[in-house]
Amino acid sequence: MITVKNLTKTYTNGEIQTHVLKGIDMNITQGEFVAIMGKSGAGKSTLLYQIGLLDIPTSGTIDVGGVNILALSESQRTEFRLNRLGYIFQDYALVPELTAEENVSMPLLMQGIDDTEIKKRSRKIIDDIGMEGKYRNRPNQLSGGQQQRVSIARAMVQAPEILFADEPTANLDAASSAAVIDLLRDLHEKGQTIVMVTHEPEYTKYCDRIIYLEDGLITSHDYKFNK
Amino acid sequence: MRLVTIIEKYLRFIRVGSFLGIRQILRGSIWINILIISIMTLTFLSLVVIPGILIGLTEGSFEQNREYLTGDVYLTTLPEYSSIINTQNIVRVLDILPEVDRYSVRYKIGSTVEVGYIDREDFTKDSESLSVSAYAIDPKKEEETTGLSRFLVEGSMLKNDESGYVLIGSTLLEEYSAFSDLFEPLKGVEVGRPAKITLQGAALEGLERDRALVSGSAQTGQTSEFIVKGIIDSKVGELSSSLFITEQDYRRVSQKTSLQAQEIVIKHTQNVSDERFKEIVLSYGFGEYAKVRTATEAIPKFLADVQQTFGLLGNMIGFIGIVVSSITIFIVIYINALVRRKFIGILKGIGISERAIEFAYIMQSVFYALIGIGLGLLILYGLLVPYFFQNPIDFPFSDGILVAKLIPTIIRAGILMLVTMIAGLLPARIIVRQNTLDSILQR
Repeated sequence: MITVKNLTKTYTNGEIQTHVLKGIDMNITQGEFVAIMGKSGAGKSTLLYQIGLLDIPTSGTIDVGGVNILALSESQRTEFRLNRLGYIFQDYALVPELTAEENVSMPLLMQGIDDTEIKKRSRKIIDDIGMEGKYRNRPNQLSGGQQQRVSIARAMVQAPEILFADEPTANLDAASSAAVIDLLRDLHEKGQTIVMVTHEPEYTKYCDRIIYLEDGLITSHDYKFNK
Repeated sequence: MRLVTIIEKYLRFIRVGSFLGIRQILRGSIWINILIISIMTLTFLSLVVIPGILIGLTEGSFEQNREYLTGDVYLTTLPEYSSIINTQNIVRVLDILPEVDRYSVRYKIGSTVEVGYIDREDFTKDSESLSVSAYAIDPKKEEETTGLSRFLVEGSMLKNDESGYVLIGSTLLEEYSAFSDLFEPLKGVEVGRPAKITLQGAALEGLERDRALVSGSAQTGQTSEFIVKGIIDSKVGELSSSLFITEQDYRRVSQKTSLQAQEIVIKHTQNVSDERFKEIVLSYGFGEYAKVRTATEAIPKFLADVQQTFGLLGNMIGFIGIVVSSITIFIVIYINALVRRKFIGILKGIGISERAIEFAYIMQSVFYALIGIGLGLLILYGLLVPYFFQNPIDFPFSDGILVAKLIPTIIRAGILMLVTMIAGLLPARIIVRQNTLDSILQR
């Protein structure tokens, strides 16, 4: 599903160069729930951004679903993200002027789906994440946990091949975090491929594999056959 | 097929952009919306009102010239002649032309007016006199055509059945004249007091000239005493600086038998334009006997130059207004996009195209421009134009009105709309084109 070879990422600020990823090789198979862990500054979020097409690596190759994503133009990358990938951000990242339903419907709208179908699919997924009746609530009328659920609904509404989650529980209390992780587990059980960055080991209990990163390199893969 | 795909893609951008744009406007800060719309309204008004008033100063003067001096079509003497040839033939045609609403024939004579000759203290000195133009008119016809009596500030209008009266323009009088530093105005002129008027030159034509030759007289004018019947004060300079006597008195004093006039002022009916009416009278051969001009063509050159200069000034001020407004819109949209940079990044991150996001900002700009211009039009045509029509600005040479013709106003509105769209698109594009991840992480 995802094949990464010799991936590097270097940030340049004036004369200072920071090598964040120093040669990553990895594979993620379809239906896998992978957690990327590591200390702060290890490069886990940077790795997620590269394989999630949000950033362009310095060198190496990334193949996502059979497509060499580094060969895509900016507009093709945007279209690829729209049709094949889903994102959950640390701080929910909902558009404040839009209601929960409108936030969720954005990817469908961009795909050119008709209004009736958009409404049907948006409301269904909002119902599925346990937010019935909150369609018209704006983000500031929702709790952090509810906002993250809406964010998950938005990421899942167009049925992406891969779901990327960047520390989805970082801003949530324990109860809300558990609920979000349960939601991800449910999605995984239905066959969803998920790549999640986290620094909290307790939230990796449903993952198939944990990739440990240290100083820009993968130090180990922890396969959890008996999760 | 490829074209259809492209069209579909752009329709999708418009759909998503509208979806975002409308919600950003409706659910954004109402105070920012009010602020931007106010700026747009004021910019539009500055774009239309300031040039409109500047042009209105001269336009008011043009209108007064048309209404009270030249009429819609103005016949004057050909350059090589001293009078309109075949005046009476022209008059006969005017009497039967259905397009003619009313007209007045004027005889314009050089004259000298002399006052204070009865009660001056020192008879060894000359009495006060001024050389001015005198108009001999048919009072009834002149009143019907130009409503001359409306400019009477003292006294009353001449009558056809009266003799020996004169109307004097206020510019000639010390009490009214604003030009007393340029010439010595007449002092002590009052309604009911006498004034000696000498009609020059034109008296000695044809038979009169023969008589003068036979008598050996070197005198070139005929003098008679008139009673001042009224004082004319108008912003049409020609009226305020002339004398008016009746046509009968003119003939009596100058012993003139010729019926050749110097000016014919014509007002046509509403169903014909000035240009069309000019064509009609030219088709009757008027052009062979007189210089035929529409009111616009008869505008004094200096006034036309002033209008052109004012128009230029107005356009410059309007241009500055557009620049200021576009910078303001640019800054407002830029700040708006900058504070929303993270969400723009998120939208791009989830696959919303850059063009759709840019369109959302264009939508906002168009909304502000439409509402601002709409309000401006409402204020302009609902309030300002009627107000200035009822209460013209009192300028020395005209009653200034606000000129806001529809087509130029629409053109200005269109320019403002276009500039606003560009001013909205540019900052949005600057922000939207930034690296997606940098936007999301606010780096």
